[in-house]
Amino acid sequence: MNKKMVVAINAHMDEILKRWQRGMEDDKGERYFEIMPEHLVDKTSREFAELMTSNLLENDVVNPEKLSDFTGKIVRFGWSIKFVNKSIDQFSSVSFDVLEENEVITRDNLRAYMDIFVRWITPLRESIIEAYSVEWERTVSLQKIALQELSASLIPVFDKISVMPLVGTIDTERAKLIMENLLEGVVKQRAEVVLLDITGVPVVDTMVAHHIIQAADAVRLVGAKCMLVGIRPEIAQTIVTLGIELTDFTTTSTLRRGMQEALKMTNRQMVEVDSQ
Amino acid sequence: MKDRSYVDIFTEWDIVAARQLGRNEAKEIGFGTVDQARITTAISELARNIYLYAGTGRIEISRIHEKSLFGISIVASDQGPGIADVRQVMNDGYTTSGGLGAGMPGVKRLMDEFDLVTKQGVGTTITTIKWLR
Repeated sequence: MNKKMVVAINAHMDEILKRWQRGMEDDKGERYFEIMPEHLVDKTSREFAELMTSNLLENDVVNPEKLSDFTGKIVRFGWSIKFVNKSIDQFSSVSFDVLEENEVITRDNLRAYMDIFVRWITPLRESIIEAYSVEWERTVSLQKIALQELSASLIPVFDKISVMPLVGTIDTERAKLIMENLLEGVVKQRAEVVLLDITGVPVVDTMVAHHIIQAADAVRLVGAKCMLVGIRPEIAQTIVTLGIELTDFTTTSTLRRGMQEALKMTNRQMVEVDSQ
Repeated sequence: MKDRSYVDIFTEWDIVAARQLGRNEAKEIGFGTVDQARITTAISELARNIYLYAGTGRIEISRIHEKSLFGISIVASDQGPGIADVRQVMNDGYTTSGGLGAGMPGVKRLMDEFDLVTKQGVGTTITTIKWLR
């Protein structure tokens, strides 16, 4: 029965694809087909249809290998899950219509064919959803790792002077990491002055300020000085409006100025030398 | 163009989402960088308070237009425990979480209008507005 159905679907493939494409174009939300050149649309559609029918040949049981092959290829099309879901729906309903019109499906065998359709479509949809969610979880966890990698390292710039550039949003977890790296680094690098650069921090609210103040206090306890640099004008204004007191440590607008200050604190300065 | 949008606060990352939404809206309305920073910081404080004290809640951001004035309104609402002593909360330096205690009075200073409605056991709604000048 399956075989008969595949033969019938393949025989009327052009008609099915035409209707399927028309149905998909009605979906105004997605524009995958509008932005694609026509021959590519046709190629992708045919590929999709082939993948769809390839799962139908395997009698009753769905071949898991073939199924994962199917999902892998579909995911690579780069369609949204909504679009894929609709594609599958559309394909099955168009196929059903065409088979009915061509009297492959009749009143007598309707029930049997419906069973085939259910057994055909359900695993496809399930495996697609699973593949997409696995893909998302992977992306999220990778991004988390990437985010952790760019948080807070203390860089020894000169003897006794280290810099920690802070980039991005500071949440509780990162604040803890910053504190740890800062203290560990100060001791290890024997820094006397540490510059915390907040040029890359988008928002300094009371929590961020609180963490910075705490970090500076802790740095003081291990015998070094903390300096806050890279304060943008708009951040300076919000800090003042919020009423946050940062009088305990030196602050400068840029890292360059902070560096000059830090050199002064350690009794050094930068001088230009005459070129020969 | 949407006039109203909101972010539900469940995790710490939702604070970032609320902030981002507010910044984009503020930018589109035409606020300068200083006011953008003020608005985002205020949202950050309000969202964090929801996260810290109520657990969950919502930040709603809308554009407003009154007579010849344009502005942005931020409504932070939760069904948390409510605030026992509003006067104390609005004092600089008062904190129950070991923070700086500058959040609420800070938000009031950052924004132009500030209205706080709270009932113990029912929740808190804070409405703030910043006008475009």
